Amino acid sequence: MSMRWVVAVLVSLLVAGCSKPQEAPRAGESAAAALAADAPWAPVRFFADGQPEDLAEWNVLRVAGGRLQLNREVLPYELNTALFSDYAHKLRTVWMPKGQAANYDPDQEFDFPVGTVFSKTFYYPRGEGEAVLRSYDEGPDLRGGGLQLSKVRLVETRLLLRRDSGWVALPYVWNREQTKAKLMRGGELVSLELVAADGGRETADYAVPDQNQCAGCHGTDMKSKALHPIGPKARHLNRDFAYDDGLQNQIARWTQVGYLKGAPAPQQAPRDANWHDPAAPLEARARAYLDINCGHCHSPKGPGNTSGLWLNAATQEPLRLGRCKLPIAAGHGTGDHRYGVVPGKPDESILIHRMRSDDPSVMMPELGRSVVHEEGVQLIRDWIAAQRGECG
Amino acid sequence: MNQPKLPLRACVLALALAAAACGPEQAQHTPTAQVAAGDAAFADKFRTQLLDAKPGDVIEVPPGRYSFDRSLTLRVDGVTIRGAGPDKSVLSFKGQKAGAEGLLVNASNFLIENIAIEDSKGDGLKVNEGEHITIRNVRVEWTGGPSTKNGGYGLYPVKTRNVLIENSVAIGASDAGIYVGQSRDVIVRNSRAEFNVAGIEIENTVNADVHDNTATNNTGGILVFNMPALSQQGGAIRVFKNKVFKNNTANFGAKGTPVASVPAGSGVVVNSNDDVEIFDNDISDNATTNIIVSSVYSTGYKDDKASKDFDPYPERINIYGNRLKGGGDSPDGFDLKALKTALYGLSGQLPDVLWDGYANKDRKEGPQICIRDVSGVVNADGPGGYKNPSKDVKPYACELTKLPAIDLKRG
Repeated sequence: MSMRWVVAVLVSLLVAGCSKPQEAPRAGESAAAALAADAPWAPVRFFADGQPEDLAEWNVLRVAGGRLQLNREVLPYELNTALFSDYAHKLRTVWMPKGQAANYDPDQEFDFPVGTVFSKTFYYPRGEGEAVLRSYDEGPDLRGGGLQLSKVRLVETRLLLRRDSGWVALPYVWNREQTKAKLMRGGELVSLELVAADGGRETADYAVPDQNQCAGCHGTDMKSKALHPIGPKARHLNRDFAYDDGLQNQIARWTQVGYLKGAPAPQQAPRDANWHDPAAPLEARARAYLDINCGHCHSPKGPGNTSGLWLNAATQEPLRLGRCKLPIAAGHGTGDHRYGVVPGKPDESILIHRMRSDDPSVMMPELGRSVVHEEGVQLIRDWIAAQRGECG
Repeated sequence: MNQPKLPLRACVLALALAAAACGPEQAQHTPTAQVAAGDAAFADKFRTQLLDAKPGDVIEVPPGRYSFDRSLTLRVDGVTIRGAGPDKSVLSFKGQKAGAEGLLVNASNFLIENIAIEDSKGDGLKVNEGEHITIRNVRVEWTGGPSTKNGGYGLYPVKTRNVLIENSVAIGASDAGIYVGQSRDVIVRNSRAEFNVAGIEIENTVNADVHDNTATNNTGGILVFNMPALSQQGGAIRVFKNKVFKNNTANFGAKGTPVASVPAGSGVVVNSNDDVEIFDNDISDNATTNIIVSSVYSTGYKDDKASKDFDPYPERINIYGNRLKGGGDSPDGFDLKALKTALYGLSGQLPDVLWDGYANKDRKEGPQICIRDVSGVVNADGPGGYKNPSKDVKPYACELTKLPAIDLKRG
C-alpha cells in the first residue's frame, strides 16, 4: 500500500516535471540531432499518467547520428497485411516493462500488460524537393541502426499505451527539421505531394487524427468505449522480420525476448495472407485486406456495426460480408448502387465505390486516408469479380 | 450517375418563396451569412475541450461562426454542449477535408442545445451508442439547398436509448433530416424538417413518439421504417399532432438508399413496421398521397434469403382522427401515375392512404391495418404485380389497442 503511494507520488512528480513548458533550447536541439549514434541512452520511460509534450521523453525513439533510432529493448515489428494510410510507410515498435509479458490469444489482440508501449511512426521515402514517394511499404529499413533521416520524411508517431485505466493513444507530429515530435492532441492536416513511380503526382491532405479520433479505429467495442490495439494479433504478426541478427518469425522472437507467453510454434498459429503477395489465394488476400482496413469498425461490436456490414476476419455469412446487402444510412455513399457487393460486378458494388472515393462523406474508411489506394481497390475488384451468383 | 431531376434553381426558388411566406413555423433562424466569424482560436479550444471533457462539464460555444476542416468527436459521458442559439453559435464545416461527420458523439448523458451545425461533408450530428441523449434547439443545415452532394443525415442518433430531440431543425439532408435508428425509447417533438429527402425518419427503433413536428417540402414527410439485417426490428411508434404538408420535393437521394424509393409527395410512410399509430395529425397536399403503408418489397428489397429473420410486412397499423386534405393529385413515378389514372381517371386523385398490399398470408388475423377518417384507401396489389388494385375499404374496419405514451422521465 505505502509502496504504491510512493510510486504515485513519484509519478505525479514526473508528470509535473513534464508539463513544465519546454524552453526552446536551440543549441540543445542541434546537439540532440548531432548525438552520436552510439551515445548512451536511458531506458524507456513509461508515464503511468500525463501527456508528455515531447516524444523524446518516452525514450522509445530518438534522433541521433542522422537516424531515427530505436531504444535497445524496443522491438520493431511488421504485419502480414497492414492498414492503408495514404501510402505512408510505418515503423511499428513494441516495448514492455522488464519481466512483463503478453498472453497469447489465437483470435483477439494479446492481453498486453500495463506498461506496454506501442509506437507507430508514419513516414515516406523522400522524392525530389518537398515531394515524397508514393510506394509500397516493404517494411522499415533499419540497417545501420534506424531509419536514415536523409532518405525519409517523418510525419507523425502515434503511441498506444497500456495504462491501469486502459489503452491511451497519443499522436505526436514531427517538425520539418525532423529533430522533434510534439504532442498534437488536436491532430493536424499535413499537406503532402505524392510522386508515383511513373512520375504522376497527387496531393494528399494527410490527416493526423485528433486524440478522440484514434477511437475511430481503435474503439473496436462501441459499448465499452475502450481502445484496443488492432495490429498485434497472432494472424497479423505471424511472419518473419529482418532483425539485426537475421530473419526470424515474430511470434518466436516475441516469445524469445519475453514479450509473449503461451504462444504455440508459429506453424500452429493463424496467419493472414500478405495482401499483395501474388502467390497467395485471392480470397485470403482480399479477406486479409478487408479485415485490417475495415474489420476493426465493421464488426459486430465496432462503430460500423450500425450498417450491418461486417468485414472482420471471423465473419463468414455472405450477407454480412455485403453480398446483395442493402446499404444502411449510407446517404450518397451508395453512389447510386443498390448493394454492398454485387457478385461478379465490382462496378455496381457500393464497397468499391466507397473505396474508390476520396470524398470524406463517401469514402471508406472514414478516417486515415485522403487518397485512393488504387492497388487495394484492384484487389477487392478482383475478389468481387470472381464471385458467382446474382442478387434477387 | 443520376442527378436529381428537379433543377436546383427550382429548389432554391421554392426555398426563397417558403422563406418569404414566413409564417410562425417558417424560417426560425436568421440567414447564416449574418453570423459573424467567431474567434478562430476558439475552434482549436473547442476541439481540446471535447478531448479533455470530464463528466458534468458544460462546454459553452459563444456567438459566432466557427470553421472546422476536420470532424469533431466527443467520447466522454455526461457532457453538455451549449451555444447561444441556433442562429448565433454556428459550427461550420464548409470545406471540410477529413472526417465523415460534423460532430460524432459516442457517449451517454449527452446534451447539446442552442447551436447550429452547417455544411458537414457527411452527417451533421451523429450519436453512435449511448443512453439519455438530449438534442434541443439544434439546427443542422446544408445551406446550398437540396443536393445529392449534401451529407446523409442531419440529426442522427443510432443505437441509442432514451433520446429526446426537441425544438430542432434539419434542412437539406440528402437522406434524412432527423433520423433515429436502431434505438429504443425516443421522443422527437416540436421540431421542423424541410428540404430533406426524408424529413423525420424512425428506423428499426422500438418505442418512439413523434409529435408536434412540422415536416414540409421534403420528399417524404415522416417515415417509420424497418430494414432487414440490422441489430433489432423496430415497432411501437406513435405519430401524432404533426403538421405534414407539401412534401413534394423531387427525390434527391442516392439510389440504393432506402429513402431513394420514397416517391416525392409522400406524407407519412410506414414501411415494414408493426404497431404504428398515426392520429391527430394535419396531413395535406402531399402530391403522391398523404399516407403510405408498405413493405420492404416496395423499397426494392426482394431477396428473401437475405432477410430470413425479418418480418417484411406491416402489421397492426392504426390510423385514425387525422385531418387530411388535398394530395394524391400528382403521384411520383410512372406506376403510381398509371394507378391513379386507372382507378380515378386523368383528373382524379389518389385517396388519403395507399397500401402496397403485401401481407403475410399465414397470419390468421390478417395484417390488421385499421384505418378510419380518411377519404379512401387503395390496395395497390403489389404481390399481384399491381394488376388488380382495389378501392374496397372494408378490410380496414378494425380496432386496435392504443399504444402507451413514451415517458423519458424528464418532463
